[in-house]
Amino acid sequence: MDNSMDVGYSADDKELKFVGKRTNRPDGVDKVTGRARFGADARLPGMLYGKILRSPHAHARIISIDTSKAEALSGVKAVVTRDDFEDRDSEFVPAGEMMVNYRDMVRNIMAREKVLYDGHAVAAVAATSVTIAKQALKLIDVQYEVLPHVIDVVEAMAPGAPLLHDDLFTDGVEPKPTKPSNVAKRLEFNMGDIASGFAEADEILEKTFDTKPVHQGYIEPHSCLASFSENGSAELWCSTQGQYLVRAHCSKLVGMEISKLRVTPSEIGGGFGGKTVVFIEPIALALSKKTYRPIKITMTRDEVFRSSGPTSGGNVRVKVGITKDGKIMACEAELKYQAGAFQGSSVQPGCMCAFAPYDVANVNVIGWDVLSNRPKVAAYRAPGAPISEYAVECVIDELAERIGMDPVDFRLKNAAKEGTQTAYGPKFGPVGFVEVLEATKALDHYKIPLGPNQGRGIGSGFWFNIGGETCVNLNVNEDGTLTLITGSPDIGGSRASMCNMAAEELGIDVGLINPIIADTSVLGFNFLSAGSRTTFACGLATIEAARNAIENMRKRVAQLWDIPLDAVVWEDGAARPASSNAGEFEPMTLPEIAKIAPKTGGPIAGHAEINAQGAGPGFGTHMVDVEVDKETGHVKVLRYTVIQDAGKAIHPSFVEGQYQGGAVQCIGWALNEEYVYGEDGRLQNSGFLDYRIPLASDLPMIDTKIVEVPNPNHPYGVRGVGETPIIPGLAAMSNAISNALGLRMSELPMSPPKVLKAIKEASV
Amino acid sequence: MASGETEMEVEATSVRQIFRHLQERFPNIKSHMVDDIAVAIDGTVFQDAWLEKVTENSEVYLLPRIGGG
Repeated sequence: MDNSMDVGYSADDKELKFVGKRTNRPDGVDKVTGRARFGADARLPGMLYGKILRSPHAHARIISIDTSKAEALSGVKAVVTRDDFEDRDSEFVPAGEMMVNYRDMVRNIMAREKVLYDGHAVAAVAATSVTIAKQALKLIDVQYEVLPHVIDVVEAMAPGAPLLHDDLFTDGVEPKPTKPSNVAKRLEFNMGDIASGFAEADEILEKTFDTKPVHQGYIEPHSCLASFSENGSAELWCSTQGQYLVRAHCSKLVGMEISKLRVTPSEIGGGFGGKTVVFIEPIALALSKKTYRPIKITMTRDEVFRSSGPTSGGNVRVKVGITKDGKIMACEAELKYQAGAFQGSSVQPGCMCAFAPYDVANVNVIGWDVLSNRPKVAAYRAPGAPISEYAVECVIDELAERIGMDPVDFRLKNAAKEGTQTAYGPKFGPVGFVEVLEATKALDHYKIPLGPNQGRGIGSGFWFNIGGETCVNLNVNEDGTLTLITGSPDIGGSRASMCNMAAEELGIDVGLINPIIADTSVLGFNFLSAGSRTTFACGLATIEAARNAIENMRKRVAQLWDIPLDAVVWEDGAARPASSNAGEFEPMTLPEIAKIAPKTGGPIAGHAEINAQGAGPGFGTHMVDVEVDKETGHVKVLRYTVIQDAGKAIHPSFVEGQYQGGAVQCIGWALNEEYVYGEDGRLQNSGFLDYRIPLASDLPMIDTKIVEVPNPNHPYGVRGVGETPIIPGLAAMSNAISNALGLRMSELPMSPPKVLKAIKEASV
Repeated sequence: MASGETEMEVEATSVRQIFRHLQERFPNIKSHMVDDIAVAIDGTVFQDAWLEKVTENSEVYLLPRIGGG
């Protein structure tokens, strides 16, 4: 592996002092006192305010844009439209670690020939105040030819549906289509003989499920500050999950060399995948390039909903065949995912994850990437997986019920384990699904009796987790403290986790390490804080940097003692003779070595530049108890427990936080959240009053159970925990409501009107 | 892309060599292999794996690169 180092460490090999401990959060005080700087806190002298004119139509051709009156308004310093962004070829090209079609991205940033969704950006102004900028937007005259629109994924696939792009031909079908459509891509994953598998089944269940697009629901809106210099360089401050990807996209869209753009990430008030892309940042840079003044743009909540990237809604058909004793023989699914206005939904990982929790010989999964007049989707924790696994887990649960088998026992009987062949290719290495299910059965929660109108639901889920490109510097300061510099925005407590690992390696107190999140000019490329990769990949780099620093300190001491390097060992924060044969020397502590560094060769630091590979797959199970009010359709969540394999919890509090946050987002997705469109194709609930995410008063305490089956590719066994927690809860909620009501629902959200409708239909 | 073939044996000591063999056999596969394919070697997934070593009995799978949120 690129990240070659001692691996296969067992957490039981020695007593750990900091790894696995609930150390203080380095950024905690500033966050609770309001000192921490988030995206909208950035300011510069001479700053102008940017506002964006957005489409009031779901689908329309742009006939003309007249900005002359806006430009004439006193206080307006610049206006940009499609003419200010160079067009790009339609091809997927590497950007950082991603494949990006910049022809699509430049059109999503600023509409060109057509507006493709309600909220699509059409023009932007920079003015001396927000008020003037808003007045200027009203003076921009855009002439539209309104076109028919399509919102629903199934309707968008139908022949004769309003066409978003007349140059989009479905990829992955033979023969290649001669007519354009809204279907961008067909995918298929096969394993075994699906027909034979169903032929051997005693029970077969086939159902279709619908989910609606939902937003990540981050509280902090997108915000940025761009400052272009006359010398052709620029600085950008923004709220993002990846400053290096922002740099890659913006430099391409604005037309500048990567080295000329310096991007600094702010603290982040939630992202969950939604801040892995750019929306306002290239516009702010373009306005600043015109004015050479700093430009600040902050989205309103309405803009966040209408114009950033929610996740897909989906239509999923699932068919599963089992024997009467509960062995899964065949699994089939067809996934239709909304991509929004441009191709690229999360249907591919949705297909790959659908049946991954189970050891099944015969699998067929087909996926469709479908465009409609909605905002282009963005990632949302475990993108694609919650939708497909929701449908699968509902069918699994119903089949277990049909044969009278305990739902956990049913999953245990079929659980993926080391050596299980996945439908997407590889066999699993060591994974912890069996251990998760066994821990589930052992919980007191599983044994609590339920009352009238109450039900218990189980759901399980799988996510891959990833590694990726990562750089870390660890500077040994002259007073014996250390500065740990990483390039991964801290979206879930990574500062504390990195410090835990560095302190463990160095054998020093964790409080001596100050973690810094660097801008793009400090370190080499770092991939996003996404994909459940940060604790794994940035952790590997941190460990390597710490070991590098230790080696450098051992070298200094070996030279001082005039003995070979291998005669000096590092233990408990000090260099020591490896044995009595090495000579009689008093140990030299890290502060002592740091103090004399100028005399022994100069500053001391550790570095790591890696492409982390070998991430450990994650499995989890959610168990929830609900009570349904049959008169109102209201669902009250009584108890909720998340059980998940973390590999190793470097900082248990933050692992629990990921579990709890995922569960809460599951509850919102399952019960209330959805994008509601009117007949005119406009979004009707672009605010938190109408788009209802769960409040603390809606929730019980979310209990957690951390299971630890180490990933052999990380020195402490880390897997990654950020995404799996949002997968199992949709089905767990649906199965709990089904058990409470004695009927099966197959649609999200299960809001009160829909629950009442299901009760009414079942009673007819 | 691979003319319907889903499984084959090649002689190689690294993933890059496997890619070269496949590129020669299936010219259309080139752009995907360079930029958009992950590799699993004996159960471990590598997003970028050109220099990874494979042994005589290694089981290698090509799969889509994984992203995340």
